[in-house]
Amino acid sequence: MTQIKAKTKNLKNFSTSTERFEGSNLLCPGCAHSIIVREVLNATDDNLILAASTGCLEVCTAVYPHTSWDASWIHIGFENGSSAVAGAEAMHKALKKKGRLKQPERTPKFVAFGGDGATYDIGFQWISGCFERGHDMMYVCLDNEVYANTGGQRSSSTPIGASATTSPAGRTSYGEKRNKKDIMAIMAAHGAPYVAQVAPNKWKDMVKKIQTGFATEGPVFINAMSACTTEWKFAPEDTIAISDLATESLVFPLYEIIDGTELNITYRPKNVIPVRDYLGAQGRFKHLFSKQYEYLIDEWQSRVDAKWEYLQRREEARV
Amino acid sequence: MADIFELKDIEVWDGNMAASHALRQAQVDVVAAYPITPSTPIVENYGNFMANGYVDGEYVMAESEHGAMSCCIGAAAAGGRVATATSSQGFALMLETLYSASGMRLPILLNVVNRAIAAPLNVNGDHSDMYMGRDSGWIQIDCYNPQEVYDMNLVAFHVAEDHDIRLPAMVHQDGFMTSHTAQRVKTLSDEQAYNFVGEFKPMNDMLDLDNPVTHGAQTEEDWHFEHKAPQHHALMSAVLPKIQAAFDELKSLTGREYNFVEEYNMDDAELAIVCMGTSVETAIEVSNELREQGVKAGVVGIRVFRPFPLEQIADALKNTKAIATLDRSSPNGTVGMLYNEITGALFNTSTNTVVNNYIYGLGGRDLTKVNLHTVYRDLAKNAQNGKLMTPLQQFIGLRGPKLSFF
Ligand SMILES: Cc1ncc(C[n+]2csc(CCOP(=O)(O)OP(=O)(O)O)c2C)c(N)n1
Ligand code: SF4
Repeated sequence: MTQIKAKTKNLKNFSTSTERFEGSNLLCPGCAHSIIVREVLNATDDNLILAASTGCLEVCTAVYPHTSWDASWIHIGFENGSSAVAGAEAMHKALKKKGRLKQPERTPKFVAFGGDGATYDIGFQWISGCFERGHDMMYVCLDNEVYANTGGQRSSSTPIGASATTSPAGRTSYGEKRNKKDIMAIMAAHGAPYVAQVAPNKWKDMVKKIQTGFATEGPVFINAMSACTTEWKFAPEDTIAISDLATESLVFPLYEIIDGTELNITYRPKNVIPVRDYLGAQGRFKHLFSKQYEYLIDEWQSRVDAKWEYLQRREEARV
Repeated sequence: MADIFELKDIEVWDGNMAASHALRQAQVDVVAAYPITPSTPIVENYGNFMANGYVDGEYVMAESEHGAMSCCIGAAAAGGRVATATSSQGFALMLETLYSASGMRLPILLNVVNRAIAAPLNVNGDHSDMYMGRDSGWIQIDCYNPQEVYDMNLVAFHVAEDHDIRLPAMVHQDGFMTSHTAQRVKTLSDEQAYNFVGEFKPMNDMLDLDNPVTHGAQTEEDWHFEHKAPQHHALMSAVLPKIQAAFDELKSLTGREYNFVEEYNMDDAELAIVCMGTSVETAIEVSNELREQGVKAGVVGIRVFRPFPLEQIADALKNTKAIATLDRSSPNGTVGMLYNEITGALFNTSTNTVVNNYIYGLGGRDLTKVNLHTVYRDLAKNAQNGKLMTPLQQFIGLRGPKLSFF
């Protein structure tokens, strides 16, 4: 592993950096997408070439004739934000070789954003292709565990027991039947130089990882937990509180994987709280608290425990 | 800088090689590609040029055609010359992105080596993919032989990248019949060809770091129409004059003349076959034979398919008494695509011609001279009687029950 050095802007620095993602967007009040995107963009002073896949972020931030992006930005479709940025990155390389860059002294950073639908499901092939080819780009998944833009259908990131419109909880169903896909392991298995999971409430950890990503050559994958007030069903002002519950309960552990192997846990809660507290705070899990389905909460807890155990062992093993 | 590839004045190239050399001479900045028969050699040849220092851009072997065109769109938006190639299923997989490329007004060159679309699976030439692209907002130019493939690639770059146009362009050739048949091709030197294509001049490029741009924004009912209409307007009004200018320039450079609508033996023709691709050349031979017998038989080949040259077509056919449109794709529930287009062009003219629709050559089935003699015989009957004497739609050379409709 090439030693990655990343400088974290301190809080003052960070909060006063020029806005590159304007508040003038149509995302729901309390949407974590906007917090994450703002932190990603403000984490660097370099020029940015950005892409967004179809989804909440895209439809809410570039509605002609307006744009919330103070950087070049492209949207093609639901599945191919990664390839759009990869194409731009290839053009940058080509024009650099040919001596035709307008600002040859500046090297922009290439970033694609996609929801979990665009990442775990439909866009997976394109992302896999980009990572295998080794484009110098960052892919950020805004993981709200649901297709929010189309009104809350399940994705392969939707966790077991969540009620989504295509896997609704009802008299005979507890909602989503499958476990969330382990996208981190899959992306690490591509041998990507840097893969990290982040959450907006742990902003310092997040900015550090984004800056590490920007300092890394080659494809970087960031999985960002993005609490969705509308589909997770919590009050807009509770976004960070819900995010805190996710990281403190270890439902959403924060870690990074370097060169596909070296795993580092980057946040260890002092007092781990029960998964029950996390589930109980969201409308999408409300039905789990009935007698009929309560056993699922225990199952949830043991799955989270087992995953945490696994991550710690992986970290210790240094492989 | 890439090395000069010393070409002879005349090379023996198949259509794929002709396309590859055109891409090389245009010094494409990014080629993103995914192989599919029969277009595969275009990208293989290109890879070979790259491996030997004859091109110096970036070559992205994508994970699929959809990914390849997505990369091309990102690359074109970044501001440089971009090309790729595909056929058939690959074209179908790309289709979603083709609309994005034209909607964002990005000049990209796509060589489409025409092939049937499954099911049943078939690797041979027909025009199903070409017609599938007809509403995607791309310029579509059709070729009959490797020489034309070479010339039309150079023309397509020149036109597509013009700042008044800024639309992507497809160059079509028939799978195997053109793509794999080697013929003599008159070449331009690398310098001549590059000068003809011209230097790429970026516009609204994402890599102009001081002037950020947004590509592919969302527009709903309040703006969508105002974006699609100018796109259509550019295709309808700006493209044909620009292609004409490119044809004129190519003619002065090479002596080779091209038209939107190629007419053969049409001066006083009463019977005309209208078709595309390699069948044009077969039809020309048959019409020559008939001319010797005193039959006023002519051929109209559609060179520019999008924008559809309505006026030139009406003009070419104005004195005919009977026309056959030859469609190399399965119409699936209506008359053939070309029949629709041609009758549309003629409907409000004073022409009183009778038009037949023939379906032929699906999945690479041969079209023989004998077949076309039969077609001209049908036309002669129609012309003599001033009305359809045969069914409106017939299938040429189909085994089993003779299919005909209406
Ligand atoms: C090919 C294609 N299929 C389906 C859609 C419809 N669609 C648009 S956004 C979306 C869901 C987006 O979900 P996700 O990627 O998780 O992003 P979010 O909106 O949750 O941020 C869907 C299904 C589409 N635009 N294109
Ligand atoms: S639906 Fe969810 S993800 Fe979409 S804008 Fe609202 S809060 Fe954000």
